[in-house]
Amino acid sequence: MTLSSLSPNAFSRALRQQPAQLAVGPFHVRLYATIASVQQHLAVHYGAFPVVGDDDFIDFDIALVRPLSLRRYYRAQVLFLFEGHTPFKPLPFAQAAAFFEWGLNWCIASHAHRYLMVHAAVVEWQGCGLLLAGAPGSGKSTLCAALVGRGWRLLSDELALVSLDDGLVTPVPRPISLKNQSLAVIRAFCPDAVIGPVVYDTSKGTVGHVRPPDASVIQAQVPVKIRHIVFPKYQAGAVTKLSTLSKGYGLLKLADNSFNYSILGVHGFNAAGDLCDGADCHAFRYSQLEEAVALFAGLCS
Amino acid sequence: MKKTGRSLLAAVFADPNTALALDLPQWSLLIAQARRANTLARLGFLLKAAGSYDNVPTKPKQHLDSALVCADRFDLAVHHELRCIHAVLSALALPLVCLKGAAYVAAGNRAGLGRLFSDIDILVPEACLAAVEAALTKAGWMTTTLDPYDQKYYRQWMHEIPPMRHLRRQTTLDVHHNILPKTTTSCPDASLLLANSQQVPGTDYWVLAPEDRVLHSAAHLFYGGEWDNGFRDLSDLDLLLREFSGQPEFWCRLAQRAVELNLQIPLYYALRYTAHLLKTPVPTAARHRPAGYPPLQVRWMDGLFERALQPNHPSCRSRTRELACWVLYLRSHGLRMPLHLLVPHLWRKEWRKLRTRRQA
Repeated sequence: MTLSSLSPNAFSRALRQQPAQLAVGPFHVRLYATIASVQQHLAVHYGAFPVVGDDDFIDFDIALVRPLSLRRYYRAQVLFLFEGHTPFKPLPFAQAAAFFEWGLNWCIASHAHRYLMVHAAVVEWQGCGLLLAGAPGSGKSTLCAALVGRGWRLLSDELALVSLDDGLVTPVPRPISLKNQSLAVIRAFCPDAVIGPVVYDTSKGTVGHVRPPDASVIQAQVPVKIRHIVFPKYQAGAVTKLSTLSKGYGLLKLADNSFNYSILGVHGFNAAGDLCDGADCHAFRYSQLEEAVALFAGLCS
Repeated sequence: MKKTGRSLLAAVFADPNTALALDLPQWSLLIAQARRANTLARLGFLLKAAGSYDNVPTKPKQHLDSALVCADRFDLAVHHELRCIHAVLSALALPLVCLKGAAYVAAGNRAGLGRLFSDIDILVPEACLAAVEAALTKAGWMTTTLDPYDQKYYRQWMHEIPPMRHLRRQTTLDVHHNILPKTTTSCPDASLLLANSQQVPGTDYWVLAPEDRVLHSAAHLFYGGEWDNGFRDLSDLDLLLREFSGQPEFWCRLAQRAVELNLQIPLYYALRYTAHLLKTPVPTAARHRPAGYPPLQVRWMDGLFERALQPNHPSCRSRTRELACWVLYLRSHGLRMPLHLLVPHLWRKEWRKLRTRRQA
């Protein structure tokens, strides 16, 4: 059973009475979503996600609620609750849906240490896994959305989960978060992309999410071997250029972009090392999405 | 789940094998309660010690694995930090006497397993405080407050100097010269604690004697005012008592030492609630109410402590728990400071809060 099997009315009524329980990749998430914008976010983006039964285990118990203070009404705010606690300061009420995505990132990044977690997008084409790692603003989400728009399978937009046992990447397909100009770029590049309501004036600027393709969500149980590790850099006017990086340098950059490399100690080092051993490492500079997509299609065919 | 009485977490800590009978929704609750009580890694260690770890269902086990990974990393960091502090103190020819969490880790106590803490506590003779502080500052630890009132408050009345933070590692160090504030009516004589402290065999670290470690933990919990980690601290006591109870004459020494250090009341409560909530095997003879302590007061304190010692999870939270924690917070201040010092101090704290809020 998936979320979309409920009619929109039944859906919103159901969410007012009980939490949504969803399988988001390997994680079971319970979400109390009484706020309309969060319900709408679920309806737009999470329709194809499997529902978790009441007799199952819940990994992350999350609620987005209005505070019980003046800020419920005056310059309204929203709280993110994880197991009844607030790991973050409240945000403006309009950012509730984005807060859910950011909060869930935090839940995963601070608790799932059975993976080496890299701040990276992961996509796959015909069994060939491509890991796009880089700091915020490097253009990895834009690249990821463009590739997914052209039929690549989405495994993750923010968090690459590298298994410590076999080095494969476990999918956690979720809405792709786009910021500022990227929104217009992707709207033009893939007019079919479903982009949910856009939120303005967040700490990251203007933010919108692209709905993950149903096919990627359905294949969330199928892990992927990474063939190419790419550190992209968007640069206005740049000529498309892919250059090889040494595996050693690739490992250092992966460690740099990892959330839990230092916590995992030797296991993190081994996992990052094996990942680089089994893949080619590249630096990538681009400004034209069309050329970039063609280049990666060539790399993976 | 009832909000008073024993939590699921307490039931499993008392007998880890009961966890194997849980269904998956109960496991979700257990993992969440353990995480909120800051004892998830410890739950993992307890299940391992009971031989039930391999039978934990996959999903909850992933959370335990994850917490154990963090605990390993934390253990490494604590040992590194202790080595750094030892280097400073040994130059002054002072032993490094660890307290609380750092002591349990240094001594290899079961209470050190999965014990996460944010600062390291050490004990030095009051006469050496100035030299120790100067040496630590030279080695990179800086005081965390420059506010003259805070500085005066700590130095004049507290049992520690203001917390110090290392410039590069950002680790926090609390340098104590006693285990309770000087203003506590029943403040123990710190020289007695130092006199009985013992070196951990094969290491450079010193810890308080076993009975003193228990008494310090009891005093910290039952004279303290912060209950976020109340369950974790009670579990510390449980593990210490279970570990030391095998030593000859332990319970006698404990009772005797409580008299010498003037800590019979916190010890009484420590034994009462570990036995009650965590089924610690405390001999009946050791559980007597201190002479002259009113039974009605025990009834009243039961109502407060049993609520405050619950894991801080929504399933155990209630309005009365919040109220109990608040009353205990006030009580801790009352115990630690006489009224003529306390009132101006609290007034000053509130006034400062108001002022900073207005400036913000």
